[in-house]
Amino acid sequence: MTEFGVVGTSAPRLDGIEKATGRAAYVDDMVRPGMLHGAVLRSAYAHALIVSVDVSAALALPGVHCVLTGDDFPHRYGAFVQDEVVLARGRVRYVGEPVAAVAAETPALAREALNLIAVDYEELPAVMTPAEALAPDAPLVHEDFAAYGRRVAVPLPPNVCAVTTIAEGDADAAFADCDVVVEGVYRTQPQVHVYLEPCGALAEADAAGKVTVWSSCQSVFRVQATVAEVLGLPMSRIRAIASKVGGAFGGKSDVTVQPLAALLALRSRRPVKLVLTRDDDFMMMRTRHPAEIWMKTGAMADGRLVARAARITLDGGAYAEDSSAVLGFALLIARGPYRIDHIRLEGQVAYTNRLRAAGFRGYGNPQVTFAGECQIDEIAARLGRDPIDLRLQNAVRAGDDWVGGQRLEACGLVECLERLRDALPPRMPGRGIGVACVAHISGILSTSAIVRVLEDGTVTLSTGAVDLGEGADTVLSQICAETLGVPLDRVNYAVPDTDGSPYNWSTGGSRVTYMVGRAVTAAAGQARDRLFDHAAEMLECAVVDLELRPGGRVGIAGVPGAEVAFRDISARAHWAVGGPIIGNASVMFEGGGFDPKRSAVTGNGIGRLGAFVFGAQAAEIEVDDVTGQIAVRRIWAAHDVGRAINPTAVAGQIAGGVAQGLGYALYEDLCFDGPNPANPTLMDYKVPGAKEMPEIIPIIVEHPEPSGPFGAKGIGEPPLVPVAPAIANALADVRGVRLRQLPLTPERVLDALDAART
Amino acid sequence: MNPTFTVNGRSCSAPADGTATLLDVLRDQLALTGAKRGCNYGVCGTCSVLIDGVLGRACLALAADCAGREIVTVEALDADGTPDPIQQRLVAAGAVQCGFCTPAMVLAARGLLAVNPRPSRAEAAAAISGNICRCSGYGAIVDAIVAAGHD
Repeated sequence: MTEFGVVGTSAPRLDGIEKATGRAAYVDDMVRPGMLHGAVLRSAYAHALIVSVDVSAALALPGVHCVLTGDDFPHRYGAFVQDEVVLARGRVRYVGEPVAAVAAETPALAREALNLIAVDYEELPAVMTPAEALAPDAPLVHEDFAAYGRRVAVPLPPNVCAVTTIAEGDADAAFADCDVVVEGVYRTQPQVHVYLEPCGALAEADAAGKVTVWSSCQSVFRVQATVAEVLGLPMSRIRAIASKVGGAFGGKSDVTVQPLAALLALRSRRPVKLVLTRDDDFMMMRTRHPAEIWMKTGAMADGRLVARAARITLDGGAYAEDSSAVLGFALLIARGPYRIDHIRLEGQVAYTNRLRAAGFRGYGNPQVTFAGECQIDEIAARLGRDPIDLRLQNAVRAGDDWVGGQRLEACGLVECLERLRDALPPRMPGRGIGVACVAHISGILSTSAIVRVLEDGTVTLSTGAVDLGEGADTVLSQICAETLGVPLDRVNYAVPDTDGSPYNWSTGGSRVTYMVGRAVTAAAGQARDRLFDHAAEMLECAVVDLELRPGGRVGIAGVPGAEVAFRDISARAHWAVGGPIIGNASVMFEGGGFDPKRSAVTGNGIGRLGAFVFGAQAAEIEVDDVTGQIAVRRIWAAHDVGRAINPTAVAGQIAGGVAQGLGYALYEDLCFDGPNPANPTLMDYKVPGAKEMPEIIPIIVEHPEPSGPFGAKGIGEPPLVPVAPAIANALADVRGVRLRQLPLTPERVLDALDAART
Repeated sequence: MNPTFTVNGRSCSAPADGTATLLDVLRDQLALTGAKRGCNYGVCGTCSVLIDGVLGRACLALAADCAGREIVTVEALDADGTPDPIQQRLVAAGAVQCGFCTPAMVLAARGLLAVNPRPSRAEAAAAISGNICRCSGYGAIVDAIVAAGHD
């Protein structure tokens, strides 16, 4: 049983019935009077000069109101490198890159107009892989790179948009003393987010030129800032509102089509809805970073891990976006959740003529953890040790420091591994079991919350945090209700809207429960203090004698009848004394980076991002030796969440993350045929369906995080991360072959089995 | 005379444009937006509706080909203001996350339960195997369908 009233209960999600009845409004379900429809023309070339664009025929088509080209967006943008444009200008850099946009009376007319736009290209040689991009005299993806604004202005080789290194201890000397050293190259593929709702936005300008943009996004504030930046307008002229979001997973973190919808609306002076087709979404949007990782790990004969080195090359695609941070985070995590004193971690991000790589649930972690957790098993095999036992021997614990020197205030990794070991069944014939751990962070940057007590004593909570489906609005409302001692149905969660909501960086980085939850706790606590101030005057007692009572009342402790309802307090505040009761709070995760006495860092090293979270998973598989197919039977997923504010929602994040991890491990791969994506359709790009799913057994571990709301921290990303290495380790367990490339396709399994036989 | 069919019990005529799909009619003409346009080529399943009681893809069905058919969309299930038990089960099981697949899952479950009132987990999984969910991992959806079979 929980010691709380609302926190710790599996309250149904606030918009569950609205969604299940089909009444929730996603962008494409919205209609505005006089609304036009947008469509986007994509580049057919991976790398080409745009010699000319002739839009006259498109503009002449009756019903077409506006056509935009690169010249309409003179401002470059980008969080780390200002290399990106909304529409290609002078040059295209990947097949699918947006080149022009149209607003017309109907979607069909808009698409017809695209066919009338004549673009004259002069094709250039393209670089389709990091190896090609980094070769001597390779064609440059960005000729003008030196002129771009950059946040981290270190010197970089050609076609590289980020380089970072982290070193602690003396890895070379430590390797020399190791009894066992394993070394290998691991390759991971571009995974597509495949949120079921394609990207979309609806924009409308008012008579004064202020633009309102409804969109499917992870942060209304990032939409507001980027739309303002690319249009050269003050942020105060842009209002961003979140519609219902049909999944995002990192793919709607940066802007998608909002700038296009906004300018089409401004120019046409009509509302414009622009929703991508699934084809366009595949071709224009983003993937997880493909990675090539050389890694080496050393241990002593007694199992102590002592050294790890890694060189990571990420394929960033044509524009840098968040690649610099993805690399920095991958390096921060690459040591793994083990006490390894000597590390040397190096990484770079290459530009290629592929669509952009972006944050995707895990943010660089799945790639490095695939390599790292495979190597732990390789060491266990060499030493004849049980993989869980070896991990327990080396696991970080509360009070240890992470790379960079951040103290782990709470750490449930050991309990995750022990609970996993207890849960595993006796080994069944023909089935292999593999284990992998994950460490991740929950935090990042700033956020805020406002709690308003309405005249009738009910509450409106505004945080600006967009719910992508994980249930952030429900969990934050639970935290608010718990802090104020009111039932959940008295809390109204305000739709994120930059005109009214306080700032929230984003729904990403597994941060909302932990970071926004802290802001909500503080804001609700402030409102509670004001309620107590009033109650003390109304009841003629001291504040310290007061207590919250169930159902929204404040009473004198130990005096049953002496109490006032929130309704009466708030009425007094609104109409007689003091003014409306509003609590507000701003929080920032003030990391502070690396301890220079401990770590040598170059480039964009990012440390102390948030509270660390931990997990451990086991996968049970069978292998068909004829087809090479891996069938995953069960996955046990133990995750430390600090405290489960809503256990059903936590289990939902675990199961959903495992499902995406399963796709990453076995199926999902955006392949390229020369410059073109070869399988950019749901027909050819396989995401797991109901019949592919193994039984998933979630194990929720709770080691309260001292700084978290009621001890809670994040769970959004971690469950995806260990799935692939756990399955690869299970394959090694049951067949003795080690695959170092994802996905673990039947062909690769068969090749490995064949190679092992000869 | 354009072909006519019924949607949630009400008569409806297909538009003169013979290329209009059932999904176009539902979403654009009737403002029944519970059926979603996730891929528009028949793979994701988010546009699924019941066509003469059988789960079908509204994005692949030409409206003109629906003459005489009875179409049921998710909007019919709570027409009296009370959500259908399967809708309540999905919410209670935590099977609704982003919600984009959910209306179609509701209809897939309804279609199954109409012919198989007490489905097993495997039967429930098979019934939704043409409907992609990217959030839940499917287990909670299967739980909800099996539970609804016991209601």
